[in-house]
Amino acid sequence: MKVGVVRFPGSCDEVDALLAAERVGDAVLLWHGDRDLQDVDAVVIPGGFSYGDYLRAGAIARFSPVMESVAAFARAGGPVLGICNGFQVLCEAGLLPGALLPNVGLRFVCRQVECEVVNAATPFTRACAEGERLSIPVKHTTGRYHPPAGLDPAQVVLRYAPGHNPNGSEQDIAGVVNPAGNVFGLMPHPEHASDPLSGSTDGLKVFASMREHVETAALVA
Amino acid sequence: MRARVLVRPKSGILDPQGKAVERALPALGFDGVANVHVGRLIELDVDDPTDLEAMCEKLLANPLIEEYEIQTEPAAE
Repeated sequence: MKVGVVRFPGSCDEVDALLAAERVGDAVLLWHGDRDLQDVDAVVIPGGFSYGDYLRAGAIARFSPVMESVAAFARAGGPVLGICNGFQVLCEAGLLPGALLPNVGLRFVCRQVECEVVNAATPFTRACAEGERLSIPVKHTTGRYHPPAGLDPAQVVLRYAPGHNPNGSEQDIAGVVNPAGNVFGLMPHPEHASDPLSGSTDGLKVFASMREHVETAALVA
Repeated sequence: MRARVLVRPKSGILDPQGKAVERALPALGFDGVANVHVGRLIELDVDDPTDLEAMCEKLLANPLIEEYEIQTEPAAE
């Protein structure tokens, strides 16, 4: 599996995402100004403050050349993982349902949270068991998820465990997929929970799931 | 033409900034304040004001969580 990690001006978690992806496969950085996705099998939109988060978090990044290619890649069924700011970008781009609002406490929150896998049948959670708890850090100011009316419950992939909702997200939603299931966005940072030194390696399961998905797809093809 | 776009949280969307301001004002002795909402103001000169609504829908506001109000006046000479 070859993973492409997008770097925007203002991204800050692309190196950790690259290192996490390299634990399960190959990984390359993709520059925001390039349309060429370099034949990657999966794309990660990392955390940070793309384009300064001007106007609204993620609102400007969706106009970058690389995002045109990412949107086409997603429409063709390619797996796309958006983490934190990447989640915000994918929502603003219309590739994921809903929007992220300022945390209910109005403060930047940085802490380890427990998340429950509520849908283990996605390309991003297939290495997990349904109901499994993952210990993954969050760090954001704009992470309160607001789902659109009538969101299919099957699109909810991760929920904050009881007592762990750090931002006031509705229905404790921590991560959602698009209706096709190949685009996933979450506020917690699986790439920051991929080395034993960071206290938890639960986040690696997200990357391992992507590898399983890509390898299975290759076998079928 | 000079235009102002006022963007504020949609009704029904929890607005913790508005709530914080609402709680802060009585602490300064300003009583009788309610329904405070904090949004943002975007000022721009446009050739064709009929584009403004599309601009709001596509970029200036996020219609899922925000509502907007467009005000126009002739550009100052």
